[in-house]
Amino acid sequence: MKNNEVDEYQGETGLRRRDFLKLAGGGILVCVTLGEASLLQEGGQRRPGQGYPEDFNAYLLVRPDGRVTCFTGKIEQGQGASTSLPLIVADELDVPAASVDMVMGDTDLCPYDMGTFGSMTIRYFGPALRAAAAEARGVLLELAAERLKAPVDRLVVKDGLVTDKSNPKNKVTYAELAAGKKIEKHITPKPSPKPVSEWVVQGKPALRRDAREKVTGKALYAGDVRVPGMLYAKVLRPSAHGAKLKTLDAAEAGKIPGVTIVHDGDLVAALHELPDVARFALSKIVADYEPSESKLDDKNIFEHLVSVAPAGQTVAQGGDLKQGEALSAAVFDETYLNSYVAHSAMETHTALVKIEGDKATVWASSQAPFRLKDEIAQTLGLPPANVHVISPFVGGGFGGKSANKQAVQAARLAKIAGKPVQVAWSRADEFFWDTFRPAAVVKIKSGLDAAGKIVLWDYTVYFAGSRSAAQFYDIPHHRTVGSGEWGGGGGGAASGHPFSVGAWRAPSSNTNVFARESQIDIMAAKAKADPLEFRLKNLANDPPGLRMKRVLTAAADRFGWKPAATPSGRGLGLVCADYSGTYVATIAEVEVDKNTGEVKVKRVVCAQDLGQCINPEGTAIQMEGCITMGLGYALTEEVHFKAGEVLDLNYDTYHLPRFSWLPKIETVIVENKTMPPSGGGEPPIINMGAVLANAVFDATGARLFQLPMTKERVKAALALVHG
Amino acid sequence: MNRTIGFNLNGKAVSLTADPERMLLWVLRTDLGLTGTKFGCGEGFCGACTVVVDGQAVRSCQTPLKTVEGKKVLTIEGLEKNGRLHPLQEAFMKHDALQCGYCTSGMILTAYSLIQSKPMPAEKDILDALEDNLCRCGTHNRIVLAVQDAAAAMQGAGSHEK
Repeated sequence: MKNNEVDEYQGETGLRRRDFLKLAGGGILVCVTLGEASLLQEGGQRRPGQGYPEDFNAYLLVRPDGRVTCFTGKIEQGQGASTSLPLIVADELDVPAASVDMVMGDTDLCPYDMGTFGSMTIRYFGPALRAAAAEARGVLLELAAERLKAPVDRLVVKDGLVTDKSNPKNKVTYAELAAGKKIEKHITPKPSPKPVSEWVVQGKPALRRDAREKVTGKALYAGDVRVPGMLYAKVLRPSAHGAKLKTLDAAEAGKIPGVTIVHDGDLVAALHELPDVARFALSKIVADYEPSESKLDDKNIFEHLVSVAPAGQTVAQGGDLKQGEALSAAVFDETYLNSYVAHSAMETHTALVKIEGDKATVWASSQAPFRLKDEIAQTLGLPPANVHVISPFVGGGFGGKSANKQAVQAARLAKIAGKPVQVAWSRADEFFWDTFRPAAVVKIKSGLDAAGKIVLWDYTVYFAGSRSAAQFYDIPHHRTVGSGEWGGGGGGAASGHPFSVGAWRAPSSNTNVFARESQIDIMAAKAKADPLEFRLKNLANDPPGLRMKRVLTAAADRFGWKPAATPSGRGLGLVCADYSGTYVATIAEVEVDKNTGEVKVKRVVCAQDLGQCINPEGTAIQMEGCITMGLGYALTEEVHFKAGEVLDLNYDTYHLPRFSWLPKIETVIVENKTMPPSGGGEPPIINMGAVLANAVFDATGARLFQLPMTKERVKAALALVHG
Repeated sequence: MNRTIGFNLNGKAVSLTADPERMLLWVLRTDLGLTGTKFGCGEGFCGACTVVVDGQAVRSCQTPLKTVEGKKVLTIEGLEKNGRLHPLQEAFMKHDALQCGYCTSGMILTAYSLIQSKPMPAEKDILDALEDNLCRCGTHNRIVLAVQDAAAAMQGAGSHEK
């Protein structure tokens, strides 16, 4: 065992490990490195030279009072990381889960983390944390061996108490071992994490740890943080994306007592010590804009996207498409569309920035506090080490709070005003500055041979991105092409989108699964085959294929699926998909009102295999949440716009799922103890578009090719079928 | 014009001098420092700002301060009594009927008002009462279960007292 009080790291943060230990308050600190692979989370590259401690990605501190603190750059946005991560620590360390405290998203205390998105917390951070906890236990056992004068292999641990098996009176607690210590230890070789068979609290349902704070109103969100002397700022929203400010008259607003007007380049804001007075003052500012030159609207956008799409990249291929076409008895050529969709978390983007001298403190609703730290440093011209981002509870993110525009606004205003400034977007601001899920187009040409086998698959997705695009069926001749990504946008000439777009819960996948699984259903109907049997027949018998069959069968069993060719009139839809290593199958039952076009979802069954399941309760909640949220993008959610102007600015026209929509929801977690955990925060949502489209077809014989399936679109599709 | 306005907040008399036209939401969150009541949409569409005034659930973002003068205002902070949670709070915890928690205050107070008028609400009553309270995380089914559970618990406690 090396007992090294290392001090070798001092990046731009200036955070020495010794200082960190001081900051953290003494005890035994265990840092773990898993190597670059775990940091290179998909979707982005780790940028070198940002000044973060790069040599470890998880810390644990065993405190002198016996409690264990886990430091993580992840944030709690409702998906339960603060509940599930301690279960991992508890089992590896042999301590009660309740004795594990979480420090999340604090950039001075926590190891660098790219952000909380992509269902990656358990999948990527989980192993680092598990390793840290296993190492911590190893360290504690070595210390105990010294103290108890007994070899490590004679020691057992329960609830933080280390006992000598040969002499039960010879015992010591973790608290006693950590008392008076300020050391950092490493041991080699690294202890292996425990096998699943030794899990105690993992794999059993655990209720949320943050519930009491949230039901009593004590949980602090960014907007709830108040510091002396702070001002509330309301920022002027342009009339449209691409509109240019011509004239501004803030004279009347400026006369309101206590109001400060800031006009700094593109940023115009009214500030006051009361938020509602700031809002009132903003309403008195008269601004005249040169309209945007954009000719785009929510109807012509699809044609535009295809016309400006960059050269595609092939993400998967096999066989020869010409041969596939020659083998096809029937060829299906279809185009699928989906609209822009807003994140619309109930908490709007909010941030408070306090500048003192050359240091800044930021409290923000952000899914990416470390990225935010860089953005604030750049905005204020400060070294990153001088910016401290603190992450309160986040009131829903869904990908939208990976963008930190509101915090940059607050930082600029705080600098100008010379006081701490809070920016909390109005709902209209939120709809305007949100990074929408991109509108997208998918074109598929597929072919079926006379025996009902899929033999051709030629797939191109425009602007949704290619996650979950590659098909997983056993198709000899196939190609999947992605053209244009889901990030960026903003109306520039090189961009396909008239405003910023970004990751929206399971980016790409909602679009791709809608298209693929609709197309599969169209072929199944043509083959007069039951949709379940058709999928089972066209899935390979290799491990991924078998895994998919297992979730399909699990969903069908729970639902009580009875085979029938579609449209059967029963209103049943079925879909399967994969998302970053998680397999998910969904069955839905709908009723369609043929007069109004309204789709009522009666029942949804979802089966998911996400490998080892850390917290079945948390997994079930995420499945239910995904299913409920997914009703929205499938049925009503669509951002209307014209010439850069966002026409939906509140919930009177933008319709989220409501209580009256509620289907009966049943979730099945398909046990899979042999595979490490993959993510659970997103996968079930990706099936919702296709499963409802397939169910509508089964109910009516009408096929919907565009999401959302509004009443008007359903009626139009019905008219095509029934005349 | 500012004037002094008094009302009962969570069982205690409060009085403050403010513009009577200001919305209760901002007075609660800033002047009175009770941040459990949330801003969601500012136009009464989402229910995150719901508080209970004389037993009725109202949208505090649409409630001018002057209209609560002399009335009883209950916010999420007032439900816990002597360290004991209200049955609705307990039921929300027991059913994990929340995720991000941002809509939770409004959900609980809307349900509180419902149970005041209908001590044993049917499922349909709960759906109707909560219809205009939005939850983006999709915890709706658990919220319905929690409200049913809380109503039953309160019914039991009530009959106990009799």
